[in-house]
Amino acid sequence: MTTPSGLPRLGDDGGGANLADILERVLDKGVVIAGDIRINLLDIELLTIKLRLVVASVERAKEMGIDWWERDPALSSKARDGELGRENADLRRRIAALEARREEHP
Amino acid sequence: MSEELLYVYAVLRTGPQLPRSLVEADTGPVLGAGLRLVGHDGLTAVAEPVSAADFDEGPLRARLEDLDWLAGVARAHHGVVARVGRLATTVPLRLATVCRGPEGVRRMLAEGRVPLTRALRRLAGTEEWGVKLYTEPAAADGPAASPAPSAAGGSGRDYLRTRVAARRARDDRDDRARQTARTLHDDLRARASGAVTHPPQHGALSSAPGRNVLNAAYLVPTADRRAFLDGVPDADSLPAGLRIEVTGPWVPYSFAHGPADAAEAP
Repeated sequence: MTTPSGLPRLGDDGGGANLADILERVLDKGVVIAGDIRINLLDIELLTIKLRLVVASVERAKEMGIDWWERDPALSSKARDGELGRENADLRRRIAALEARREEHP
Repeated sequence: MSEELLYVYAVLRTGPQLPRSLVEADTGPVLGAGLRLVGHDGLTAVAEPVSAADFDEGPLRARLEDLDWLAGVARAHHGVVARVGRLATTVPLRLATVCRGPEGVRRMLAEGRVPLTRALRRLAGTEEWGVKLYTEPAAADGPAASPAPSAAGGSGRDYLRTRVAARRARDDRDDRARQTARTLHDDLRARASGAVTHPPQHGALSSAPGRNVLNAAYLVPTADRRAFLDGVPDADSLPAGLRIEVTGPWVPYSFAHGPADAAEAP
Protein backbone atom coordinates (compact mmCIF):
# COMPACT_ATOMS: atom_id res chain seq x y z
CA MET A 1 0.00 0.00 0.00
CA THR A 2 1.74 3.12 -1.11
CA THR A 3 0.29 6.52 -0.58
CA PRO A 4 0.51 8.91 -3.51
CA SER A 5 3.39 10.71 -1.87
CA GLY A 6 5.29 7.46 -1.85
CA LEU A 7 5.70 7.72 1.87
CA PRO A 8 4.17 5.40 4.44
CA ARG A 9 3.03 2.01 3.41
CA LEU A 10 0.61 0.74 6.00
CA GLY A 11 1.83 -2.30 7.84
CA ASP A 12 -1.48 -2.34 9.61
CA ASP A 13 -3.46 -4.97 7.81
CA GLY A 14 -0.50 -7.11 6.92
CA GLY A 15 -1.79 -7.44 3.38
CA GLY A 16 0.52 -4.93 1.77
CA ALA A 17 3.48 -5.28 4.06
CA ASN A 18 6.71 -6.85 2.89
CA LEU A 19 7.04 -10.46 4.05
CA ALA A 20 10.59 -9.81 5.23
CA ASP A 21 9.34 -6.98 7.44
CA ILE A 22 6.63 -9.18 8.91
CA LEU A 23 8.91 -12.15 9.52
CA GLU A 24 11.52 -9.90 11.03
CA ARG A 25 8.97 -8.66 13.52
CA VAL A 26 6.95 -11.74 14.38
CA LEU A 27 9.91 -14.13 14.54
CA ASP A 28 12.40 -11.97 16.25
CA LYS A 29 10.50 -9.36 18.21
CA GLY A 30 7.56 -9.37 20.52
CA VAL A 31 7.48 -10.89 23.95
CA VAL A 32 8.12 -14.48 24.86
CA ILE A 33 7.22 -15.60 28.32
CA ALA A 34 8.58 -18.97 29.30
CA GLY A 35 6.25 -20.16 32.03
CA ASP A 36 3.69 -22.73 31.07
CA ILE A 37 4.09 -22.40 27.35
CA ARG A 38 5.16 -25.71 25.96
CA ILE A 39 5.85 -24.59 22.51
CA ASN A 40 7.31 -21.32 21.53
CA LEU A 41 10.07 -19.97 19.47
CA LEU A 42 12.69 -20.51 22.12
CA ASP A 43 12.29 -24.25 21.67
CA ILE A 44 12.27 -24.20 17.94
CA GLU A 45 14.78 -21.46 17.39
CA LEU A 46 17.60 -23.71 16.24
CA LEU A 47 15.39 -25.50 13.77
CA THR A 48 14.23 -22.33 12.16
CA ILE A 49 17.63 -20.76 12.08
CA LYS A 50 18.11 -21.65 8.43
CA LEU A 51 15.04 -19.62 7.58
CA ARG A 52 15.91 -16.90 10.00
CA LEU A 53 19.29 -16.55 8.40
CA VAL A 54 17.59 -15.33 5.30
CA VAL A 55 15.90 -12.68 7.37
CA ALA A 56 18.62 -11.72 9.78
CA SER A 57 22.09 -10.83 8.73
CA VAL A 58 25.00 -13.11 9.22
CA GLU A 59 26.59 -10.60 11.60
CA ARG A 60 23.64 -10.71 13.93
CA ALA A 61 23.62 -14.50 14.08
CA LYS A 62 27.37 -14.43 14.67
CA GLU A 63 26.82 -12.19 17.66
CA MET A 64 24.54 -14.88 18.95
CA GLY A 65 27.42 -17.32 18.61
CA ILE A 66 25.92 -19.21 15.73
CA ASP A 67 28.38 -19.75 12.94
CA TRP A 68 27.83 -23.27 11.78
CA TRP A 69 26.99 -22.16 8.27
CA GLU A 70 30.59 -21.16 7.79
CA ARG A 71 31.35 -24.83 7.78
CA ASP A 72 28.21 -25.89 5.92
CA PRO A 73 29.19 -26.20 2.23
CA ALA A 74 25.58 -25.76 1.16
CA LEU A 75 25.47 -22.30 2.67
CA SER A 76 28.95 -20.93 2.55
CA SER A 77 31.17 -20.53 -0.46
CA LYS A 78 34.04 -20.19 1.98
CA ALA A 79 33.36 -23.61 3.41
CA ARG A 80 32.95 -24.95 -0.08
CA ASP A 81 36.28 -23.48 -1.10
CA GLY A 82 37.92 -24.93 1.96
CA GLU A 83 36.59 -28.38 1.31
CA LEU A 84 37.19 -28.33 -2.42
CA GLY A 85 40.58 -26.82 -1.88
CA ARG A 86 41.58 -29.63 0.41
CA GLU A 87 40.18 -32.19 -1.97
CA ASN A 88 41.96 -30.60 -4.92
CA ALA A 89 45.27 -30.48 -3.12
CA ASP A 90 44.84 -34.08 -2.15
CA LEU A 91 44.04 -35.16 -5.72
CA ARG A 92 46.93 -33.15 -7.11
CA ARG A 93 49.28 -34.85 -4.70
CA ARG A 94 48.01 -38.27 -5.73
CA ILE A 95 48.30 -37.49 -9.45
CA ALA A 96 51.84 -36.26 -8.95
CA ALA A 97 52.66 -39.46 -7.11
CA LEU A 98 51.13 -41.59 -9.88
CA GLU A 99 52.95 -39.67 -12.62
CA ALA A 100 56.22 -39.94 -10.77
CA ARG A 101 55.75 -43.67 -10.45
CA ARG A 102 54.93 -44.00 -14.18
CA GLU A 103 58.08 -42.12 -15.10
CA GLU A 104 60.12 -44.41 -12.94
CA HIS A 105 58.56 -47.51 -14.51
CA PRO A 106 57.51 -46.60 -18.09
CA MET B 1 -4.11 -35.26 22.54
CA SER B 2 -7.11 -34.43 24.66
CA GLU B 3 -6.02 -30.98 25.69
CA GLU B 4 -6.93 -28.05 23.49
CA LEU B 5 -4.06 -25.99 22.07
CA LEU B 6 -4.45 -22.23 22.15
CA TYR B 7 -2.32 -20.03 19.94
CA VAL B 8 -1.78 -16.67 21.66
CA TYR B 9 -1.34 -13.63 19.42
CA ALA B 10 -1.17 -10.71 21.80
CA VAL B 11 -1.87 -9.43 25.27
CA LEU B 12 -3.86 -6.36 26.25
CA ARG B 13 -5.04 -4.69 29.38
CA THR B 14 -8.52 -5.89 30.28
CA GLY B 15 -10.84 -2.99 29.73
CA PRO B 16 -13.92 -1.67 28.02
CA GLN B 17 -11.98 -0.62 24.93
CA LEU B 18 -11.96 -4.16 23.65
CA PRO B 19 -15.47 -5.57 23.61
CA ARG B 20 -15.34 -9.32 23.22
CA SER B 21 -17.80 -9.23 20.37
CA LEU B 22 -15.64 -6.83 18.38
CA VAL B 23 -12.63 -9.11 18.21
CA GLU B 24 -14.59 -12.28 17.78
CA ALA B 25 -17.11 -11.05 15.24
CA ASP B 26 -14.62 -9.00 13.27
CA THR B 27 -12.36 -11.79 12.18
CA GLY B 28 -13.73 -15.28 11.92
CA PRO B 29 -11.26 -18.13 12.00
CA VAL B 30 -7.65 -17.12 11.37
CA LEU B 31 -5.38 -20.08 12.07
CA GLY B 32 -7.97 -22.28 13.76
CA ALA B 33 -11.43 -22.13 15.24
CA GLY B 34 -11.78 -18.36 15.65
CA LEU B 35 -10.44 -15.81 18.08
CA ARG B 36 -11.35 -15.76 21.72
CA LEU B 37 -10.33 -13.70 24.70
CA VAL B 38 -8.86 -15.26 27.81
CA GLY B 39 -8.59 -12.93 30.77
CA HIS B 40 -6.75 -13.09 34.06
CA ASP B 41 -6.16 -10.47 36.71
CA GLY B 42 -6.35 -7.36 34.57
CA LEU B 43 -4.72 -8.83 31.45
CA THR B 44 -6.45 -10.26 28.39
CA ALA B 45 -4.91 -12.63 25.87
CA VAL B 46 -6.15 -12.78 22.29
CA ALA B 47 -6.02 -16.50 21.55
CA GLU B 48 -7.36 -19.05 19.11
CA PRO B 49 -7.85 -22.80 19.38
CA VAL B 50 -5.61 -24.44 16.77
CA SER B 51 -5.25 -28.02 15.62
CA ALA B 52 -2.66 -30.22 17.24
CA ALA B 53 -1.90 -31.61 13.80
CA ASP B 54 -0.28 -28.28 12.92
CA PHE B 55 0.71 -26.74 16.20
CA ASP B 56 1.75 -29.47 18.57
CA GLU B 57 5.46 -29.59 19.14
CA GLY B 58 6.39 -32.25 16.61
CA PRO B 59 4.34 -31.04 13.62
CA LEU B 60 5.26 -27.44 14.34
CA ARG B 61 8.96 -28.21 14.06
CA ALA B 62 8.44 -29.73 10.66
CA ARG B 63 6.05 -27.00 9.51
CA LEU B 64 8.37 -24.17 10.37
CA GLU B 65 10.89 -25.47 7.88
CA ASP B 66 8.32 -24.80 5.17
CA LEU B 67 8.72 -21.18 4.15
CA ASP B 68 5.31 -20.97 2.49
CA TRP B 69 3.55 -22.23 5.59
CA LEU B 70 5.64 -20.00 7.81
CA ALA B 71 4.80 -17.00 5.62
CA GLY B 72 1.08 -17.76 5.87
CA VAL B 73 1.20 -18.07 9.65
CA ALA B 74 3.32 -14.93 9.94
CA ARG B 75 0.86 -12.90 7.90
CA ALA B 76 -2.07 -14.30 9.87
CA HIS B 77 -0.31 -13.57 13.16
CA HIS B 78 0.52 -10.06 12.10
CA GLY B 79 -3.01 -9.50 10.78
CA VAL B 80 -4.52 -10.27 14.18
CA VAL B 81 -1.94 -8.23 16.07
CA ALA B 82 -2.49 -5.24 13.78
CA ARG B 83 -6.29 -5.47 14.00
CA VAL B 84 -6.23 -5.69 17.77
CA GLY B 85 -3.60 -2.97 17.89
CA ARG B 86 -6.02 -0.54 16.30
CA LEU B 87 -8.40 -1.03 19.21
CA ALA B 88 -6.09 -0.90 22.20
CA THR B 89 -2.49 -0.88 23.41
CA THR B 90 -1.18 -4.29 22.42
CA VAL B 91 1.85 -6.34 23.37
CA PRO B 92 2.52 -8.69 20.46
CA LEU B 93 3.76 -12.17 21.30
CA ARG B 94 6.26 -14.02 19.19
CA LEU B 95 5.16 -16.29 16.42
CA ALA B 96 3.99 -19.75 17.50
CA THR B 97 3.36 -19.08 21.17
CA VAL B 98 1.07 -21.97 22.00
CA CYS B 99 -0.47 -22.81 25.38
CA ARG B 100 -2.29 -25.87 26.62
CA GLY B 101 -5.90 -24.86 27.13
CA PRO B 102 -7.34 -21.70 28.71
CA GLU B 103 -5.69 -22.76 31.96
CA GLY B 104 -2.31 -22.59 30.27
CA VAL B 105 -3.05 -19.11 28.94
CA ARG B 106 -4.11 -17.92 32.38
CA ARG B 107 -0.94 -19.33 33.92
CA MET B 108 1.11 -17.57 31.26
CA LEU B 109 -0.63 -14.27 32.05
CA ALA B 110 -0.04 -14.78 35.76
CA GLU B 111 3.64 -15.63 35.38
CA GLY B 112 4.28 -12.90 32.83
CA ARG B 113 2.32 -10.30 34.70
CA VAL B 114 5.24 -8.05 35.57
CA PRO B 115 6.93 -7.80 32.13
CA LEU B 116 3.59 -7.66 30.32
CA THR B 117 2.25 -4.86 32.49
CA ARG B 118 5.49 -2.97 32.12
CA ALA B 119 5.39 -3.34 28.33
CA LEU B 120 1.74 -2.23 28.19
CA ARG B 121 2.59 0.88 30.14
CA ARG B 122 5.58 1.69 27.96
CA LEU B 123 3.80 1.10 24.66
CA ALA B 124 0.59 2.95 25.46
CA GLY B 125 -0.11 5.65 22.90
CA THR B 126 2.79 4.73 20.65
CA GLU B 127 3.34 3.17 17.26
CA GLU B 128 6.34 1.83 15.39
CA TRP B 129 7.64 3.15 12.08
CA GLY B 130 10.19 1.38 9.96
CA VAL B 131 12.70 3.34 7.90
CA LYS B 132 15.01 1.66 5.42
CA LEU B 133 17.71 3.10 3.25
CA TYR B 134 18.85 1.34 0.09
CA THR B 135 21.60 1.94 -2.41
CA GLU B 136 20.06 1.70 -5.84
CA PRO B 137 21.26 -1.30 -7.85
CA ALA B 138 22.01 1.00 -10.79
CA ALA B 139 24.45 2.93 -8.65
CA ALA B 140 25.98 -0.21 -7.17
CA ASP B 141 27.39 -1.25 -10.52
CA GLY B 142 27.48 2.11 -12.18
CA PRO B 143 29.19 2.95 -15.43
CA ALA B 144 32.67 3.02 -13.94
CA ALA B 145 32.36 -0.53 -12.62
CA SER B 146 32.58 -2.20 -16.01
CA PRO B 147 35.77 -1.33 -17.85
CA ALA B 148 35.00 0.04 -21.30
CA PRO B 149 35.38 -2.57 -24.05
CA SER B 150 38.10 -0.43 -25.63
CA ALA B 151 40.51 -3.16 -24.59
CA ALA B 152 41.56 -3.45 -28.23
CA GLY B 153 44.47 -1.07 -27.84
CA GLY B 154 44.44 -0.87 -24.04
CA SER B 155 47.35 -2.20 -22.08
CA GLY B 156 47.16 -4.29 -18.93
CA ARG B 157 48.12 -1.20 -17.04
CA ASP B 158 45.06 0.65 -18.41
CA TYR B 159 42.87 -2.23 -17.43
CA LEU B 160 44.19 -2.22 -13.88
CA ARG B 161 43.81 1.52 -13.67
CA THR B 162 40.16 1.23 -14.68
CA ARG B 163 39.61 -1.50 -12.11
CA VAL B 164 41.17 0.53 -9.33
CA ALA B 165 39.07 3.56 -10.27
CA ALA B 166 35.92 1.45 -10.26
CA ARG B 167 36.71 0.05 -6.85
CA ARG B 168 37.48 3.48 -5.49
CA ALA B 169 34.17 4.81 -6.82
CA ARG B 170 32.34 1.93 -5.17
CA ASP B 171 34.09 2.54 -1.85
CA ASP B 172 33.19 6.22 -2.03
CA ARG B 173 29.58 5.34 -2.71
CA ASP B 174 29.53 2.96 0.24
CA ASP B 175 31.07 5.60 2.49
CA ARG B 176 28.48 8.14 1.37
CA ALA B 177 25.66 5.66 1.99
CA ARG B 178 26.98 4.80 5.45
CA GLN B 179 27.37 8.45 6.34
CA THR B 180 23.86 9.28 5.13
CA ALA B 181 22.46 6.32 7.07
CA ARG B 182 24.18 7.46 10.26
CA THR B 183 23.00 11.06 9.94
CA LEU B 184 19.46 9.98 9.11
CA HIS B 185 19.31 7.57 12.04
CA ASP B 186 20.63 10.14 14.51
CA ASP B 187 18.14 12.69 13.28
CA LEU B 188 15.13 10.37 13.41
CA ARG B 189 16.18 8.94 16.75
CA ALA B 190 16.06 12.44 18.20
CA ARG B 191 12.45 12.77 17.00
CA ALA B 192 11.35 9.39 18.41
CA SER B 193 10.96 8.07 21.93
CA GLY B 194 12.85 4.90 21.05
CA ALA B 195 14.98 3.55 18.22
CA VAL B 196 16.51 0.23 17.23
CA THR B 197 18.41 -0.89 14.19
CA HIS B 198 17.65 -4.27 12.72
CA PRO B 199 20.14 -6.19 10.61
CA PRO B 200 20.01 -5.15 6.96
CA GLN B 201 17.51 -7.21 5.05
CA HIS B 202 18.58 -9.78 2.52
CA GLY B 203 17.36 -8.89 -0.94
CA ALA B 204 16.34 -12.49 -1.63
CA LEU B 205 13.53 -12.33 0.88
CA SER B 206 12.52 -8.70 0.83
CA SER B 207 12.68 -8.66 -2.98
CA ALA B 208 13.45 -4.97 -2.72
CA PRO B 209 15.87 -3.74 -5.33
CA GLY B 210 19.21 -2.43 -4.17
CA ARG B 211 21.25 -3.10 -1.06
CA ASN B 212 19.76 -2.36 2.34
CA VAL B 213 22.16 -0.14 4.28
CA LEU B 214 19.88 0.99 7.12
CA ASN B 215 17.00 -0.98 8.60
CA ALA B 216 15.73 0.92 11.61
CA ALA B 217 12.56 1.03 13.69
CA TYR B 218 11.38 4.00 15.71
CA LEU B 219 8.93 4.17 18.57
CA VAL B 220 6.79 7.23 18.03
CA PRO B 221 3.98 8.61 20.20
CA THR B 222 0.88 8.49 18.01
CA ALA B 223 0.32 12.18 18.64
CA ASP B 224 3.76 12.98 17.17
CA ARG B 225 3.31 10.95 14.00
CA ARG B 226 3.14 13.94 11.68
CA ALA B 227 6.20 15.59 13.17
CA PHE B 228 8.18 12.35 12.91
CA LEU B 229 7.21 11.68 9.31
CA ASP B 230 8.01 15.27 8.39
CA GLY B 231 11.55 14.54 9.52
CA VAL B 232 11.95 11.76 6.94
CA PRO B 233 13.73 13.25 3.92
CA ASP B 234 11.96 12.87 0.60
CA ALA B 235 13.59 11.22 -2.39
CA ASP B 236 14.80 14.51 -3.86
CA SER B 237 16.79 15.56 -0.83
CA LEU B 238 18.74 12.30 -0.61
CA PRO B 239 22.16 11.93 -2.24
CA ALA B 240 21.95 10.34 -5.67
CA GLY B 241 21.79 6.56 -5.72
CA LEU B 242 20.02 6.23 -2.38
CA ARG B 243 16.40 5.25 -1.87
CA ILE B 244 14.36 5.51 1.31
CA GLU B 245 11.39 3.41 2.33
CA VAL B 246 9.03 4.03 5.23
CA THR B 247 6.65 1.42 6.62
CA GLY B 248 4.10 1.72 9.36
CA PRO B 249 2.40 2.30 11.58
CA TRP B 250 3.21 -1.05 13.16
CA VAL B 251 2.18 -2.31 16.55
CA PRO B 252 5.48 -1.67 18.37
CA TYR B 253 6.93 -5.17 17.93
CA SER B 254 10.50 -3.97 18.06
CA PHE B 255 9.97 -2.32 21.42
CA ALA B 256 7.94 -4.98 23.20
CA HIS B 257 11.02 -6.49 24.84
CA GLY B 258 12.18 -3.83 27.19
CA PRO B 259 14.10 -0.60 27.28
CA ALA B 260 17.43 -2.44 27.24
CA ASP B 261 17.61 -2.97 23.51
CA ALA B 262 15.84 0.28 22.72
CA ALA B 263 19.12 2.06 23.37
CA GLU B 264 20.96 0.03 20.76
CA ALA B 265 23.16 2.06 18.45
CA PRO B 266 23.55 1.39 14.73
